[in-house]
Amino acid sequence: MFLLNHTKSFNGGVHPTENKSLTENLSFETMPVPKVVIVSLNQHLGKPAKPIVKKGSEVKAGEIIAEQNGFISSPVHSPVSGKVTKITASENVSGFPKDAIVIETNGVSEFVKMPPLDSENVTAEEIIERVKTAGIVGQGGAAFPTYVKLNPPKEKKVDVVILNGCECEPYLTRDYRFMIERTDDVVSGLRLIMKAAGVEKGAIGVEDNKPEAIEKLREAVKKYSNISVEVLKTKYPQGAEKMLIKAVTGREVPPGKLPFDVGAVIQNIGTAIAIHDAVVKGEPQLTSAITVSGFGINNPKNVIANVGTPLGDILDFCGGVKDDAVKVVVGGPMMGIAQYDFSAPVMKATSGILVLTEKEINDNKQTPCLRCGKCVDACPLNLIPTKLARLSSLEKFEEAEQLDITVCMECGTCTYTCPANIPLVQWIRFGKQRVMTLQRERQTV
Amino acid sequence: METITVNPAYKLELSSSPHIHSRWSTKHAMWFVVLALIPALISAVLFFGPYQLLIVLTSVVFCAGTEFAIKKFRKKKITVDDGSAVITGILLGLILPPNFSLSAAAIGAVFSIAIGKEIFGGLGYNIFNPALAGRAFLQAAFPVAMTTWAKPNFAVDSVTSATPLAAYKFDKVFAEIQPMFLGNIGGSIGETSAIAILIGGIFLIAIGIVNYRIPIAMILGVLIFGGIFWVIDPAKYPNPLFQLFAGGFLFGTFFMATDWVTSPLTSKGMYIFGFGIAFIIVLIRIFGGLPEGVMYAILIMNSVVPIINRYTRPTIFGEAK
Repeated sequence: MFLLNHTKSFNGGVHPTENKSLTENLSFETMPVPKVVIVSLNQHLGKPAKPIVKKGSEVKAGEIIAEQNGFISSPVHSPVSGKVTKITASENVSGFPKDAIVIETNGVSEFVKMPPLDSENVTAEEIIERVKTAGIVGQGGAAFPTYVKLNPPKEKKVDVVILNGCECEPYLTRDYRFMIERTDDVVSGLRLIMKAAGVEKGAIGVEDNKPEAIEKLREAVKKYSNISVEVLKTKYPQGAEKMLIKAVTGREVPPGKLPFDVGAVIQNIGTAIAIHDAVVKGEPQLTSAITVSGFGINNPKNVIANVGTPLGDILDFCGGVKDDAVKVVVGGPMMGIAQYDFSAPVMKATSGILVLTEKEINDNKQTPCLRCGKCVDACPLNLIPTKLARLSSLEKFEEAEQLDITVCMECGTCTYTCPANIPLVQWIRFGKQRVMTLQRERQTV
Repeated sequence: METITVNPAYKLELSSSPHIHSRWSTKHAMWFVVLALIPALISAVLFFGPYQLLIVLTSVVFCAGTEFAIKKFRKKKITVDDGSAVITGILLGLILPPNFSLSAAAIGAVFSIAIGKEIFGGLGYNIFNPALAGRAFLQAAFPVAMTTWAKPNFAVDSVTSATPLAAYKFDKVFAEIQPMFLGNIGGSIGETSAIAILIGGIFLIAIGIVNYRIPIAMILGVLIFGGIFWVIDPAKYPNPLFQLFAGGFLFGTFFMATDWVTSPLTSKGMYIFGFGIAFIIVLIRIFGGLPEGVMYAILIMNSVVPIINRYTRPTIFGEAK
C-alpha cells in the first residue's frame, strides 16, 4: 500500500472517477467553420488586446485583429475569413461579459500564415518573437501569455523544461490525443521551448493511466538523450504546476514563488503543439482542441474548433444535449466554470466542454463537519481546509490569513473528498479574495 | 444553487467548481461502521449468549430515541438517519459487562447522547466520545454491576470468569494469549474477541473510513510502553502482547479512539493522540487502582484534541521544513 508505492508523485490528492474512456480512443474531428465567431479580446491573462479593425472591416483567417496591449498581453488573430459585424461586450465562458470582435464568416478559406522557420536553426529570440506574434497562450487553463514564460529573468537559473502531460482532470483527453496523434510534434514543441529558454534538460510528465502515450513518447524521445519521459502516479491534481515540479524534480516551489524560482519552466502539451505549429508551419493559434464529454452529451468527441465558436454550435456538432443534463462546464470538472448561456464562445485556452448529469455530480446534502481530516490529508499544499473554510464563513479573515489561506490554489480536492459535503474550496475562495483585498488596502495605506 | 433558464429546453445549474464529488457521505461512512461492528456482535452472541443482543438493542433504541427527542424539543432537523446515534448505541452496548441490566443500559444510553453529544450541539460538536462518556457515567453509578463478569460459554475453569486484567491486577495471574485472541475470556460484551474486532477494524481502514495512523500509534505505543516494563521485570509485569489483547484495548483502538469527531485532524496529531492513549493505558493498568484504563485514557486524550490540532499544523508545501 502506502509503503510499496514508488511511482513519482506528491503527498495528498484524490483519485476521482476518470471517465476518460468516453473519448480517449476518439481521434480529433475538425468542426466546420461556424456562421459567426465571437472572438474575445481576453483570450489571455493580463490586459485585453486592443482591436485594430472596425465594424465592417473585411478580415482573413490568420490576420491580426487586435494587438498586444502591454507586457502581459497577447495579440488576437481572426480565426476565420469574413466581415466584422460588431465589437461589443459578449457572453464569455468566464461568466462575465467581455469585449469581443464578432465576425460573420464568408466561407472563403484563405489563411494568412507567417513564414515557416527551420526548427533546427532557429534562434531563441526568433522563437520567442514568433510565440509572441502568434498569440500563443498557455493551454493549461490560466492562459498566461506563453512568450513571457519562455523568457525567464536572467538571474533565475532555469535548468529544466517540463511538459505537462498529466491531464489530471477527469474526462479530458485532449492532451492525450495530442500525445498519441502528434507525438513527434509534441517533442518538437518541447525542443523549441528548451531552445527558447536556453535550457539543456527536458522532461515530459505523464500519469501512469496513459501507457500508450508513454510508450509513444519514449519512442519519440529516444534520439534525444537530454529528454526524458517521467511516469507519474494518476492522482488529482498531479498536473498542478507545483505538484508536477515536485514529482519530476523533487523540488518544492515555496508559497508566493514561481516555477522559475526552483529552476523549472512548465508548459502544457497543447502549448507545445501550438508552438510547433507557429514556428515550423507559421500558423498563429486560430483553433482550440477541446474534449466534449460527460454523460449528458449525445456523442462525446475530441474536437478541433475555431476560436470564437459558440458553445451551442459545438454541442450541436456533438449530437446535442440529453434531457437529463443539469450542468454545462467549460474546462475540467474539478476547476472548470459552469455555463449559463450557450452563446458564449470558446477561447484559445478552452480544453473541455462537459455536459454533466445528476448522477455524475454526486451532490449530497451538507452536514456538519466531523473533523475526519480527509480534507487535511488530501490538500496537496498541506493546508487545513476545514478550518480555513470555517474562518472564511465566520468572516475571520485575519485568522485565515495567518493560516496561509492565500497559498490555496483552489484545486477543489478538499470539497471533492469531504464526506460532509461542505463547500470547502468555495468558502476558501471567498475568504482568499477578501484577505487579498485586505492586503492590498494595507499596502496602499 | 441558482437555476437560470436560458434556452427553454435546458435548466442549468450554476455553482462554483469542483463540479463532481466523491460518493462518500457522512451517512455512508456511519452505516459502514455499523457493518464493521457485526463480527464483534457475533462474537458477543457466541461467547455470552443471545441475551447480549438485547442489551445492545436497548442501548441503540434509547440512543436513537434520545437524539430524536432532543432534536424535536429543540425544534431542529431530525438527524437520526445519519446513523451516528445507532453507532453510539452499539458501541455502548458492546462495552458493557455481559448480562448487564437493561434498565441501567438504557440510562447509560440516554446519558451518552444527551450529555455526551447533544448538549454540545449534536454530531460534530461533541468533545468526548459519547459511548465512552455513557460508560464512564455507568461506571460511577453502578460500580458493582459494571465489574461483574459473566463466564464465557466455553470457559474451561472458574478462573476465567474474572477478566484477564483483573486476574493480573488482583491475583497476579497472567492469562494465556490464545483464548484472548479468540475471545473465550471474561470481559465486556464485544471486547473479548481480538479476531472479530480486527476483522471489523481492518475493513474500516481498507475502505478509508478509519485512518491507519491512530491504530498504528496505539498498537506500537502499547507494545513499546508495555514492553519497557516487561523488560524491567518479566515476573512482575505482563508481556506487551498481553497488554495488546487484554481488556478493551483493540476495541478502543479501532472503534473508539478513531472516532472522527473526537480525534485530531492532522497526521502528526493523530500519532501524538495514539501514543498518548497507549501511554496512559499502560500507566493505569500497571500503577492505577483500576485494572483497565482504555476508557479513561481515550477520554483524557479527547479533552486535549483541540490543543493537539493547534500545535500540529502541517508545514505548508514549499516552506522550509
